Amino acid sequence: MPLLQFTEKGIYCKQANVYIDPWKPVDYAIITHAHADHSRWGNKFYLSHHLSKPIIQHRLGQDISIESMEYGESRTINGVHFSFHPAGHIIGSAQVRVEYKGEVWVASGDYKLENDGFCAPFESVKCNVFITECTFGLPVFKWKPQEEVFAAINAWWRQNKADGKATVLTGYSLGKAQRILQGVDPSIGKIYTHGAIEKTNEVIRNMGVKLNDTIYVTPEIQKKEYEGSLIIAPPAALGTSWQKKFPAFEVGIASGWMNMRGPRRRQSVDRGFVLSDHADFESLNIAINATGCEKVIVTHGYTNIFSKWLNENGIDSQVESTEFEGELAEVGQGKGEKESE
Amino acid sequence: MKDFVRLFNQLDQTTKTNRKVAVLKSYFDAANDMDKLWTIAILSHRRPKRSVRTALLREWAAAEANLPVWLFEESYHIVGDLAETIALVHPNLESKNDKSLTEWIQFIIDLKPLSDEEQKKKVRWAWNQLDERERFVFNKLLTGGWRVGLSQKLMTRALALHAEVEENTLTHRLMGDWRAETSNYHDLVEATNAADQLSKPYPFYLAYAVEGEVQELGNVEDWQAEWKWDGIRGQIIIRNNELFVWSRGEELVTDKFPEFQELVEALPNGTVLDGEIIPFQDGKPLSFATMQTRISRKNVSKAILKSAPIVMIAYDILEFEGQDLRETSMADRRKILENLVQNQESEKLLISEVLELNSWEKLIEVRTKSRENNAEGLMLKRKESTYKIGRKKGDWWKWKVDPLTIDAVMIYAMRGHGRRANLYTDYTFAVWDGEKLVPCAKAYSGLTDKEIKRVDSFVKKNTVDKFGPVRSVTPELVFEIAFEGIAKSSRHKSGVALRFPRIHRWREDKPAGEANTMADLNKLLAEFG
Repeated sequence: MPLLQFTEKGIYCKQANVYIDPWKPVDYAIITHAHADHSRWGNKFYLSHHLSKPIIQHRLGQDISIESMEYGESRTINGVHFSFHPAGHIIGSAQVRVEYKGEVWVASGDYKLENDGFCAPFESVKCNVFITECTFGLPVFKWKPQEEVFAAINAWWRQNKADGKATVLTGYSLGKAQRILQGVDPSIGKIYTHGAIEKTNEVIRNMGVKLNDTIYVTPEIQKKEYEGSLIIAPPAALGTSWQKKFPAFEVGIASGWMNMRGPRRRQSVDRGFVLSDHADFESLNIAINATGCEKVIVTHGYTNIFSKWLNENGIDSQVESTEFEGELAEVGQGKGEKESE
Repeated sequence: MKDFVRLFNQLDQTTKTNRKVAVLKSYFDAANDMDKLWTIAILSHRRPKRSVRTALLREWAAAEANLPVWLFEESYHIVGDLAETIALVHPNLESKNDKSLTEWIQFIIDLKPLSDEEQKKKVRWAWNQLDERERFVFNKLLTGGWRVGLSQKLMTRALALHAEVEENTLTHRLMGDWRAETSNYHDLVEATNAADQLSKPYPFYLAYAVEGEVQELGNVEDWQAEWKWDGIRGQIIIRNNELFVWSRGEELVTDKFPEFQELVEALPNGTVLDGEIIPFQDGKPLSFATMQTRISRKNVSKAILKSAPIVMIAYDILEFEGQDLRETSMADRRKILENLVQNQESEKLLISEVLELNSWEKLIEVRTKSRENNAEGLMLKRKESTYKIGRKKGDWWKWKVDPLTIDAVMIYAMRGHGRRANLYTDYTFAVWDGEKLVPCAKAYSGLTDKEIKRVDSFVKKNTVDKFGPVRSVTPELVFEIAFEGIAKSSRHKSGVALRFPRIHRWREDKPAGEANTMADLNKLLAEFG
């Protein structure tokens, strides 16, 4: 019997009777990271990384039963050793290493290889079987170093400021928003945030993690004050009455999907910046090779294509379907992140 | 080409019309005449002819990126744009080129006569000179299908500002079959009344669809009503003993209609007629399907001339005795037109009959007879109106009959292109034939963005099988398909071809089992085919 199997509830370890990132309620859920499609409501018990715990509690309620541990620390359940290793995706994100009688599986959740300077950078873990996402598993997806992307964002913000306009940039409330906040040049102007992001920021600051200064967008703020500022918002806030408080502004989206002209134009925004918290095609290949694994299980993204590519390159690979969504909500296609205020 | 790429990026980065015009104007202000001419040509769909086969480009691009061809193809299906896919998969490089737009285009034109091997060498060299955005623009020039989200109208506006020429005058100067290879900027844009104006058509005046009740148009006496003929909108020009036939798409189609040569004898020089070219026999219009058999052919054979005879049904006159009549009223133009058509010899030229119209009620009744007359509905033109440029509200209205409709089941889906890339937006629909579903129409428009997202997610979750870019899905969703006509067809599995099928609405209330049947389609065929 395989150490981990794919059931209708999630990725299941029978020996330990635990699930990793289950999409239906279970007794024991090990969580790779705090995004909504990986840490869902209704589980009896959660185990996450220290930095994910307060965010999961913020999202799912303070009354859930949850424990946490550090990267490298391990917990043994019925002879199976579980440990967390940095996935570099967002704050607190972890790959879950599962070891039983010398056999090692790694469920990597979502990950990226580039060190974004904010969350713990990805660490490769040797294993027999590697479970990977492939949200951007096509060779057309190639990320530029984030310094280049932020230089472009800063230049755009400066230009908008010079034109007397505000700048609205969107990304997930958890992860992308903080990466933008820490990546831009705060000397250009004030940085405002949408409520969903500000609340997440508050949770993160309360954990003792330092973030650049932000101002919460509230109705009392005068229109004039936004001029020249950067406003970070979740994608779902675009086109809602929330924007009415702003003076003239330019809108941009920061997402891996902005790599393609079609999705970029479909969003009808002024600018698309290619910035993703997922691995691009080359990174996926590097990550897989570095594990030295005998087998790869591909879970979400362009799974069939990517799996065929791996098999052609002599890496035994199979596809398992899950309910993970990748970065879809950043272009309004997922149903994961419901933002409201 | 750096300035042109910058222009492209700027146009691509804004959705605001004024900004587009402004960036284009400042590009024109700085560009040299050759680059300006090519920019005008590209933005008015006059690119140089494709010089390299796209099948080869795909092969070379895959090899350059070290990818198997199938993976390149899959990527292309998802990106939905060949030029972009090639640009993206190619290894990223710093830009090393400093050729102008004109030089790059010449480079592309010069590829044409070369062997596959020589072409490959040159194209690979080019890809390696350019950064990603430049590579994309270069590929766009190479492959065509250029959509920048900038209409010809906006381009003309920007150029008018730059050249300080009146916009309507410029619109006229830019029409016709000029090519950048053989023109120059001064003659095209700046020179007045050059000798090569001979073949130039006038910009077509286009009608809006009637909204609301027709009575709202006011006094019935002020209007002229005609059938809305179902053919090809065309302009016939007789100047200097030569004939030119233009289609609405600004295409010179004189060769496709040799029948009209006799009009050189029948009409005086300095005549320009606007009308509809329709299939016509024994005093009656034929269905548009007849026309389709001939416009799709490269050469017009004798057999085709016989099986698909055509006439021009003229409904307006734009030039007479060399005078531009567009500022004359419709009523006065009509008199000149009637006089001209009735006193000429050719049977290939008819006049569009003016329908008797003494009340709106009478007209509403007449309209219901449109299909029997092989017309799409009615045209209403204000008698006092002048002939305007492009689509303008107020004086010309089209009043089509309601389309035919069927309820059909979605069975296949394909990803869209351009703005709709990476979403399943192109669908095939089927009707029941006993227990079987027979495909009867393809449609890719008519849904809102929101609905498209929902259908897209249905497709992804209900895929039964995949054939290349096409997915077959569980036959579950029912859509009302509207179409303008129906004809027998041996090329379609269902045996019928629908004209202009599009999605009218999503019948979320209907289970698949209640969709229409082949028998229903055959009934429509018998009635309207």
